[in-house]
Amino acid sequence: MIFPLEAKRMTKFKLLIFLLLSVVGIQAKDIPAKPNPPRLVNDFAGVLAPDQLQSLESKLVAYSDSTSTQITIVIENSLEGDDDFDYSYRIAQGWQIGMKGKNNGLLIYVAINDRKIRIQNGYGLEGTITDALSRRVIEENIKPNFKGKNYFQGLDEATDIFMRAASGEFINDTPRQRKSDSPPPLIVILIIIIFIIILIFRNKNGGHHRGYSGVGPFFGTFGSGGFSGGGSSSGGGDSGDFGGFGGGSFGGGGAGGDW
Amino acid sequence: MKRSNIILLVIGAALLLLVFNGCGSYNSMVTKQEGVSNAWAQVENVYQRRLDLIPNLVSTVKGVANFEQKTLTDVIEARAKASSMTVDASKLSPEQISKFQSSQGELSQALGRLMVVAEQYPQLKATQNFLELQSQLEGTENRIAVERGKFNDVVLDYNSYIRKFPQVLFAGIFGFDKKGYFEADPGAEKAPKVEF
Repeated sequence: MIFPLEAKRMTKFKLLIFLLLSVVGIQAKDIPAKPNPPRLVNDFAGVLAPDQLQSLESKLVAYSDSTSTQITIVIENSLEGDDDFDYSYRIAQGWQIGMKGKNNGLLIYVAINDRKIRIQNGYGLEGTITDALSRRVIEENIKPNFKGKNYFQGLDEATDIFMRAASGEFINDTPRQRKSDSPPPLIVILIIIIFIIILIFRNKNGGHHRGYSGVGPFFGTFGSGGFSGGGSSSGGGDSGDFGGFGGGSFGGGGAGGDW
Repeated sequence: MKRSNIILLVIGAALLLLVFNGCGSYNSMVTKQEGVSNAWAQVENVYQRRLDLIPNLVSTVKGVANFEQKTLTDVIEARAKASSMTVDASKLSPEQISKFQSSQGELSQALGRLMVVAEQYPQLKATQNFLELQSQLEGTENRIAVERGKFNDVVLDYNSYIRKFPQVLFAGIFGFDKKGYFEADPGAEKAPKVEF
């Protein structure tokens, strides 16, 4: 194929213009930082009531615990002029929603003021959550509810459908251990034993040595650090916190719409 | 005698160093080249996905009475051209990439026109089949954009690696050539805007 010089120069020129425009013209909005502690429902716009937020969160955390499929919701006020696909893709990929290797993450992104919704699903969910299904959920469940400002209802129905569609596709083969159930690690037991020995030793000597009073508090803090660690983990075990995003990757699947 | 021994030793050591270095570089270049091939396979995958969608789309649109024939034949021709265009996955030279891109770009434009024309047929927009195809097409265009971006990233990594010292010494010997990028061509780069 002969490439005329003119045409070649033209494309180069166009490319240059495009590059210039992409530097000057397009201001990309920064994605929000990964939530810490990790959460699946992130309502930055404050449109969900606390109990609604909690109900969605615990539903999705339970689903992620049993299937490892992570369905995440991000609600913001505005895209600030950014493209809804690009921006939500950057969140999904940046937060690494889903598990590494399974790529079973799904992001529901909502920009309230722009009245835009965008669903991004990971490579692993492309078979079960097709673009057509995502579109249908947006048309039939999200749009009618969002028009009446029933954001919770829309998201609740949508997540139910996605959960049903993706169930059976993945199982969580590395369940998070309830820390209260697992026996304390050997090192903690060892530290406790050493701590007790030192206590006995100190009592015998009456503690009149300067050196011991130096050692005592050191081991004291060390020991109590171990205890408080154990305490907090057993306390957190039954609240059902989300364990964190697992390194999933996205290919641009999903659908979008505005209401 | 003694001096020549030293010289030989130095040369030997230098050669050995070069060989060791070469091994390491060679292995890294192989890994990175595999990364490029892998990303290319993904790119072909999503383009194939679009090619597979078109017959369905065409038959759906054809079902509508007196649909504008010109846009339809344009799409069919562009599809035939794009599917006949194959790229040697082991080469992926800049010329090949840009040829591939221009043939797919023509198809993008033909498809974009088809979707615009389809907007003028309310009976088409009322069918569930067409709406689903529309969303699948949109999803595919998004996937194409994503995979092209990922491909460019690994090619950037590979290209800059083979041109650095000392890899540049071995890249030519073992036939590690510069790979091509997808260029952002205004118009064809952006997915045809599919409005509901």
